[in-house]
Amino acid sequence: MSEALIPAGAVVLPATAGRQKLYRRVLKNPMAVGSLGVLALVILSAVFAGLITGWDPNRAELSDALAAPFGEHLLGADASGRDIFARLIFGARVSLVGALIALATALAIGIPTGLIAGYFQGWFDSLSSWFASLLMAMPGLIVVLALISVIGPGIVGVMVTFGALLSPGVFRLTRSGVVSVRRELYIDAAKVSGLSNYRIISRHVLGVIRAPLVIQASMIAGIAIVLQAGLEFLGVGDSSTASWGQMLSEAFSNIYVAPTMILWPGLIIGITVGSLAIFGAALRDTVQGAEPVRRPRRRKPTSEESASMRRLDLSTAATAAVVSPRDGGHEDLEPSDALLVVRDLQVGYPQPDGSTTIVVDGVSLHVDRGEVLGLVGESGSGKSQTAFSILGLLPDTGAVLGGSISFAGRTIASADGATHGAAALRGRQFGYIPQEPMSNLDPSFTLGFQLVEPMRHILGLSRPAAKTRALELLDRVGIADPRRTFDAYPHEVSGGMAQRVLIAGAVACDPELLIADEPTTALDVTVQAEVLDLLRGLQRERSMGMIMVTHNFGVVADICDRVAVMQAGRLVEQAEALELFDDPHNPYTRMLLSSTLEDTEPRAARGTHAASSRGTAR
Amino acid sequence: MALFLLRRLGAAVVLVFVIATMTFLLMSMTGGDPARNILGDGATVEQVAAKSAELGLDQPLAVRYVDWLGAAVTGDFGRSWFTNEPVMTSLANKFPVSLSVVVTAILVTAILSAILGVTAAVRRGWVDRFVQMFAVLGFALPNFWVALVLVTVFAVNLKLLPATGFVPFATDPWRWGLGLILPVTALVVGTIASTAQQVRGATIDVLRQDYVRTLRSRGISHRSLLFRHVLRNAAPPALTVLSLQFVGLLGGAIIIEKIFALPGIGSLAVNATLQGDLPQILGLVVVMVVLVVIVNLVIDLLTGWLNPKARVS
Amino acid sequence: MTDNANVAEAPLLTISGLEVEFPVKGWRRPPFKALKGVSLDILPGETMGLVGESGSGKTTIGRAVLGLAPITAGSITFDGRDTTRLSRTERRALSSDIQVVFQDPYTSLNPAMTIGDILAEPLLTSGIARVAARDRIRELLDQVNLPADAVDRLPREFSGGQRQRVAIARALALRPRLIVCDEPVSALDLSTQARVLDLFIDIQEHTGVAYLFVSHDLSVVRHISHRVAVMYRGEIVETGDAAAVTGAPEHPYTQRLLMAAPVPHPRRQAVRRSERHALLASQRAADAARETVR
Repeated sequence: MSEALIPAGAVVLPATAGRQKLYRRVLKNPMAVGSLGVLALVILSAVFAGLITGWDPNRAELSDALAAPFGEHLLGADASGRDIFARLIFGARVSLVGALIALATALAIGIPTGLIAGYFQGWFDSLSSWFASLLMAMPGLIVVLALISVIGPGIVGVMVTFGALLSPGVFRLTRSGVVSVRRELYIDAAKVSGLSNYRIISRHVLGVIRAPLVIQASMIAGIAIVLQAGLEFLGVGDSSTASWGQMLSEAFSNIYVAPTMILWPGLIIGITVGSLAIFGAALRDTVQGAEPVRRPRRRKPTSEESASMRRLDLSTAATAAVVSPRDGGHEDLEPSDALLVVRDLQVGYPQPDGSTTIVVDGVSLHVDRGEVLGLVGESGSGKSQTAFSILGLLPDTGAVLGGSISFAGRTIASADGATHGAAALRGRQFGYIPQEPMSNLDPSFTLGFQLVEPMRHILGLSRPAAKTRALELLDRVGIADPRRTFDAYPHEVSGGMAQRVLIAGAVACDPELLIADEPTTALDVTVQAEVLDLLRGLQRERSMGMIMVTHNFGVVADICDRVAVMQAGRLVEQAEALELFDDPHNPYTRMLLSSTLEDTEPRAARGTHAASSRGTAR
Repeated sequence: MALFLLRRLGAAVVLVFVIATMTFLLMSMTGGDPARNILGDGATVEQVAAKSAELGLDQPLAVRYVDWLGAAVTGDFGRSWFTNEPVMTSLANKFPVSLSVVVTAILVTAILSAILGVTAAVRRGWVDRFVQMFAVLGFALPNFWVALVLVTVFAVNLKLLPATGFVPFATDPWRWGLGLILPVTALVVGTIASTAQQVRGATIDVLRQDYVRTLRSRGISHRSLLFRHVLRNAAPPALTVLSLQFVGLLGGAIIIEKIFALPGIGSLAVNATLQGDLPQILGLVVVMVVLVVIVNLVIDLLTGWLNPKARVS
Repeated sequence: MTDNANVAEAPLLTISGLEVEFPVKGWRRPPFKALKGVSLDILPGETMGLVGESGSGKTTIGRAVLGLAPITAGSITFDGRDTTRLSRTERRALSSDIQVVFQDPYTSLNPAMTIGDILAEPLLTSGIARVAARDRIRELLDQVNLPADAVDRLPREFSGGQRQRVAIARALALRPRLIVCDEPVSALDLSTQARVLDLFIDIQEHTGVAYLFVSHDLSVVRHISHRVAVMYRGEIVETGDAAAVTGAPEHPYTQRLLMAAPVPHPRRQAVRRSERHALLASQRAADAARETVR
């Protein structure tokens, strides 16, 4: 075992980052703490309402009717002379208890049914999902009103009903959480370890859906408070105790006499429900911020070293060591008529804390007409970032920070100017072939439309002319039934077919430079061979320049004329393909080449089957 | 597509039937004596019994259900126990008022949330912050409170817009529109807040997709990318939210109608509830559910048209 | 050949006539037949490589052995015991014998659990005391070359290769006799892939565990396997010693598969490419001839 290649302390993430429990991270979010504080204040003042104010919320002093605020009554008195502040904090009890009942009901119904439906699926899932959509189609307020006529205006019955009507939200959230967790491989691993369903749900499933449920719960509590106030406002609630909705209703009847009276109950509802909403949003941000989704696609390599993106200051980046032409970035052999020239390219992502993450650093390369350049490296080497810089398609958060890119003698990107130049070339002079065929086709449009649209835009072809050309192209890239494929949607074709369509799209407007980003990585090996044949054929017959981004040395050997090897954002070696394979100079290149398994000796067979086990099926 | 349509239609009919049945059973299991409620405490036992027989309440539940359902299928929901007016007549009088409020609100919501949400997703910056803040605000402030504030400011203080009253469209479109401004505004504050947030999220999601980058690499213009590809892919989740908003708006309209004194279903629903007017409530619920189901169906079809994959499943 | 070539050794795992069907959503659609009668055996301490393209059913075989796929016909025998259909309790008893390493190191570890908890789970489930479990975890981390302080960390603090080492450690926890490896290196970088494969071989030499090693990559399978089975559309089309199957295949599909894999050298790849074109031409000609005979 050779572990020497992993540098000491390869794990660059701080060891403490993940270990903090969620609640502790939430307590560091000022929005969450603030909203929780406000909620606590509302709850405490409701609980200790009797201690806070000396006024009885129901005592009517007609002499005080409509008294102004900040006198004897803190917020004034209503039309019957009742203290508004006292009614406000006593009224909070009704709202909070009501919200609690609705919330408890929604959770008590939604969580268990969601867990069962999501985990075991089958008939219970179909039935409960149908029932959930049924409840969701019911207009809540009307149903509650209808029920009040049956069960009376008691707060418990009303809020239980409303909780039941809100339970489909909880059910759906729980169910979809369970369904997505259920597909995770660690659930399979737990099953293989013999864990019972109960242990799997409590250990693996509940932990994942906890945070989304808390967010949903804060929303439900808010909705319940508003709805209850609405019912009280309509006058169908329990009128014997003070409540916010009732206060609004009274304020409404005095709206011409004392318009400010609508302010207080509205404000307290707004503050309470707003705190719930802000808490939910803050919690969501904390959860999403804490777990960056870093899930690579199938077969896309991941780096052993977490230091895939080196964080360095611009000042240190500038001191990059200059190496000899063969081993490094600078090119002396650059011909004057090169199609594409990249000089000292530096690409970085500015971070919120002011630093910059450099992902491509001092890369120089060129591509001639009719030449295939291989851009090789492991994940995080910056090979794709280099390709996207050329296309002018870096994500919004990234930018070319240094060096320049020119195409056919015209500068299309440099550190001072933006990358506008590339936009005019895309589709015309630049063709791009992506890695994952399926995710690179718009699912809502037919394949034909996606081929025709750029041709009409760029070549100015009429619709029939573009269609004819598209059918010819589909035929050229080896699709057996071009007409059928033309009318098909992306989800109706196989991955290999989709990749051929993408290749057809890339060459549709006769580009001079083709940039292929791992075009065969997602394909089966027999399809890969066919696609490589196709690419080679197209490249030769149109004598296009081509950049082949790949991690596979077999692909490089198959199609590339020249190779540039990248490691951690820098170019470590550039050479003619044959030269590089025969005599790699750079130690990193040598290590990569020695890691390929094609030439290793197979292990000797063991056991009795050795001689007789050979067999084929026909 | 025809099969897709047929399946959805079938499911919708089943849904209406089940909800109607559930409501009927629930409402019929009232503990009290409806006939006594109608006649008041002064009525004699014989009078109450006669009233019960008149309303068919002396029949077994199953018979009442079958009778009711048979009539309901033809659009006859019986007569109100209190006004003796046919339920269908009062619904036909009141629903257009509520619908003009709700439909206008949903259209305004759709248009404004699309503009706000997409702008926030594409431009980020202050529009984005505004949409985010607006989302919390719209969620926190009950629409009936917003309505009260609007009445206070625009009708009571500034006297710019009418506070109450409804003029049918056919009588005077201009005054019809003026009358709708405040109620619709009160309703859409909340719905725009959440829908714009959804549109924003869906748009950001689509903008991150690989195919957007590939379309860019093909030289597709920014405008075409946004309005053809991004909007179309972001629309289905936003439409789903819109259909839920419609359900919520039907409820919200009841309260708003009280504030603006609109002669819609709001007062009908509240009075029927307070009186325990069974046929009236049943008719109301069934018609509402039918409306919701129709809207959901339309949204389903729209989604299926926008997203070819949804047609299959 | 090895010394014990003539000693009759009983296979550890025997699969015979295995069929797996997945229900297809939709009214009255016939189920999808993922495996159409597959037979296979693995000796103790042996690596059986299973190679095939997407949809060939190679992963399904592994999942069937683990009890994660719906078996409709055939049988799986482990160490003389029929394990085709087991209850969860019986499966738990078997978990100390058969374990798994999955492809994706990002979803095979619960992101919310520390490495220590992940490794403790199989140990505690099988009734090992907490103290003993802690010692065993330290031993396991050492075995897969991870630092002992990894115990308190979460999966996201580790790279793909390191996560895969954790997954290997979890599989080794109960000292199994067979590990199903489902594409365990295909998500890893080239240099990482080689090191993880060497770790697999190293562990096998020390513990005598057998592997059912599933991969789409012929060169990976060739590197680690004693014997290789080639799958195509739910069937095994060829089995034999790794050197033979991956060097001079007999079945036309295996031949195509071998010829399609590019060689990392331009000149040799040019030769391989023309060989492949010739092979495809001759196979096409043979197919055409068979058609005309009929």
